Amino acid sequence: MKKTIFVLVLLLSVFLLFSCGEKPTGESETISKLKQEIVELKAKIVDLETKLAVPTEPVVVGKILKVGLDADPVSLDPQVQLSGGMLQLSHWVFDPLVRWDKDHQIVPRLAEKWERLDELTMRFYLNKGVKFHSGNPFTAKDVQWSFARLQKSVDFKGLFEPFDSVTIVDDYTVDIKTKKAYPLLLNMATYIFPMDSVFYTGTDDTGQPKDACVKFTHTFANGNESGTGPFVVTKFEQGIVLEMTRFKDYWDTKSPGNVDKVILTPIKENATRVAALLSGDVDFISPVPPTDFDRIRSDSKVDLVTLNGGRIITFQMNQDRVEAFKNVKVRQAICYAVNNTGIVEKIMKGTASVAAQQSPVGYQGHKTDLKPRFDLDKANALMKEAGFADGFEITMMAPNDRYVNDAKIAEATAQMLAKINIKVNLKTMPKAQYWDEFDKRAADMMMIGWHSDTEDSGNFSEFLTMCTNADTGYGQYNAGAYCNKKIDELVIGAQSETDVAKRTEMLQEVEQILHDEAAFLPFHWQNHSYAAKKNYKIEPIVNALNFPYFGDLVIE
Amino acid sequence: MFAFIIRRTLQAIMVMLVISLIGFSIKSNIGDPVRDLVGERVTPAERAAIADKLGLNDPFFIQYTRFVKNVLHGDFGTSLIYRKPCLEVILKHAPATIELVLGAALIIILISLPLGVFSALKPKHLFSRFIMGFSTLGVSIPVFLTAIMFIYLFAVTLGWLPSYGRGETVDIFNNGYWNSGFLTIDGLKHLVLPCISLASIMLPLYIRLIRSEMMEVLETEYIKYAWAKGLSPKRIWLVHAFKNTLLPVVTVFGLQIGIMFAFTILTETVFQWQGMGFMFLEAIQRADISLLIAYLVVVASVFVLVNTLVDIFYGFINPTVRIAGTK
Repeated sequence: MKKTIFVLVLLLSVFLLFSCGEKPTGESETISKLKQEIVELKAKIVDLETKLAVPTEPVVVGKILKVGLDADPVSLDPQVQLSGGMLQLSHWVFDPLVRWDKDHQIVPRLAEKWERLDELTMRFYLNKGVKFHSGNPFTAKDVQWSFARLQKSVDFKGLFEPFDSVTIVDDYTVDIKTKKAYPLLLNMATYIFPMDSVFYTGTDDTGQPKDACVKFTHTFANGNESGTGPFVVTKFEQGIVLEMTRFKDYWDTKSPGNVDKVILTPIKENATRVAALLSGDVDFISPVPPTDFDRIRSDSKVDLVTLNGGRIITFQMNQDRVEAFKNVKVRQAICYAVNNTGIVEKIMKGTASVAAQQSPVGYQGHKTDLKPRFDLDKANALMKEAGFADGFEITMMAPNDRYVNDAKIAEATAQMLAKINIKVNLKTMPKAQYWDEFDKRAADMMMIGWHSDTEDSGNFSEFLTMCTNADTGYGQYNAGAYCNKKIDELVIGAQSETDVAKRTEMLQEVEQILHDEAAFLPFHWQNHSYAAKKNYKIEPIVNALNFPYFGDLVIE
Repeated sequence: MFAFIIRRTLQAIMVMLVISLIGFSIKSNIGDPVRDLVGERVTPAERAAIADKLGLNDPFFIQYTRFVKNVLHGDFGTSLIYRKPCLEVILKHAPATIELVLGAALIIILISLPLGVFSALKPKHLFSRFIMGFSTLGVSIPVFLTAIMFIYLFAVTLGWLPSYGRGETVDIFNNGYWNSGFLTIDGLKHLVLPCISLASIMLPLYIRLIRSEMMEVLETEYIKYAWAKGLSPKRIWLVHAFKNTLLPVVTVFGLQIGIMFAFTILTETVFQWQGMGFMFLEAIQRADISLLIAYLVVVASVFVLVNTLVDIFYGFINPTVRIAGTK
């Protein structure tokens, strides 16, 4: 008790000392100081009053959608990076001219209709009365401006290489021209997300032009948006949260969507993501890890939706590194030795579609009579014929965090190849390191998965199976060094073939040749998987491209 | 004394240089940061151009001196994935981790003290045996397993607590740096599971430490004397014995807090807790070498600074340290 009193007295005396320390150096100065304080306090009161009068965050009384995805968008600039996450964001915040629907058909968005004028030109008629989030009206000028910016974007310029320019016919009509006849013009229009040309013109606080498209520094477009899409970004903290509220002047009044607010948090850990859904902390998750499918199916409160995606998973066999791979029989033997149907059943738990070619169902090049070929006896016979009955030793590399179960697939393959006396030295690694190794073609067999950018068969071959050519960029990811002039000829021919029947025939021939020559070892096309609470009707809004259209989502 | 301080400071600077050098030399093994910045379709030529712009192709020594020069000017570089100054990114992630560790430390103190003391006083009691058995179990279960079990039990099955993230936070200083979860009910709820998981690693250790220290103290002469003097058991246990038990425990606790920060990486991953451990892992996975090196240097400098200050103060308190150093 004595101690406490002592401490109190001490504290009091210190306090008094400090308050006396400030000697009055003249009355006028103190008064002026006080006056200043009064002014400051008044300002504070006014500030507080305004804050009270206008609530800083509008009270959302509507329907909220909480989303847990494995990754979040890296930026708000739709043209800064070509990745799945960024395109998803583009569909929520911006709107494309046209888009893919659930049945893999192209349907109108900002363009209400279109017609081909000649071999090179397509005319797009734009919707009238569309507004950007900034309030600016959407016109043909914005399409032209955004297109020109796309052609300069590091990530997109390669895709838009076949294109020439956009010309404005009138405020609501544009002509898009290609350099030569290009059958995939409309497919590519799904990548054109008009940006608000007025909003992105000028310079920002740092003196940088607002339209700057830079990957590794802060730019205006990385942190601000004005699109025409169903949602306005209200908060964006990368890696933590993305919040969007419904755009009250959204042009598509026919959309059944009734989501008022979307809160997206990245949940990278598979088990945590599933737990978050099952515990009700989030309403929608994707992807769903295959191991949890049964668990989610058996839960009466949630729905699981899976659908075919177009990403083909393959191994390439490097003919430059391994002499034996030059022998078509050895390559065939490998294809016969690997039970990819078994891998889909056991490792992928049925969450993938077995493949025997690059093109998934629905693509022009897809050939229905190409079937998976697992036959161990035949594989051994082929090895014998090729003179490799005793087998040989190879190296193999695969990523372990890029594709679903990538490392497990590689392990299974190594074991299956052991049965035809091919001894595999397998190395798996994180994707951050894998792609360097892939570029160096550092192993005899390397894994790669590919999704066609153009939703067309040709794209697979252009990157994976055409002869590698540094000048044209073809075969950039052909780590098998497979090269067949006939394939090059057919694929390049198909690029400008506008006759659908002829084009289909060409692309199917490509698949047939690749199959016969066992150019690569195919596994499967990965499925997309989504799970949501039962009253969130997600089935109609998901599609093969993995762009859930939240703008059209109905919550009951 | 002045010479001593100068010597300690020079040593600290040397340590920092060595750490930054080690950080720099591993960076080429982490992967290519440009890969994560671009789509898969971008040509090798374009990628090389970006690497050039980022200065990744310069010789090691030039990159390193440039880095040191910038750091001396207070510039730790720009994070490639967050597109913001590294220091800002680190400082914004730090409060989440600090709060997590603080919460866990609180749990450890509140639980280990009574349990440890009880099992020391009544070592044959059934409850004491249960505590000891349980603590052995606790030491041997890895933290991520505990965390996932907690999530499935308390979040999924029972639905009492949220499963991931930090929940509603309050911006304490209104400048976007310190978002605290301690001030809202929702934030506190989100703290419970991660804090318990993190605490679960250290808790058994402390219960055992307190128990054995306390038992040792109870055997000492002065306690026996206190009994003989006829003091009440309460007073002997809580005032005389307990106080002396605490000394070594506090020393160990201080040392272990640093280790606890390291353990947050696992806890933060499972609970998607947006702290420094989470950020660190993200930086590794996406090969954000600027952020990684900045993180190493910042964390190292905090440790070095604290240690140097402690050393200097120690020099004041205990002059023999100074003298020993001069030999």
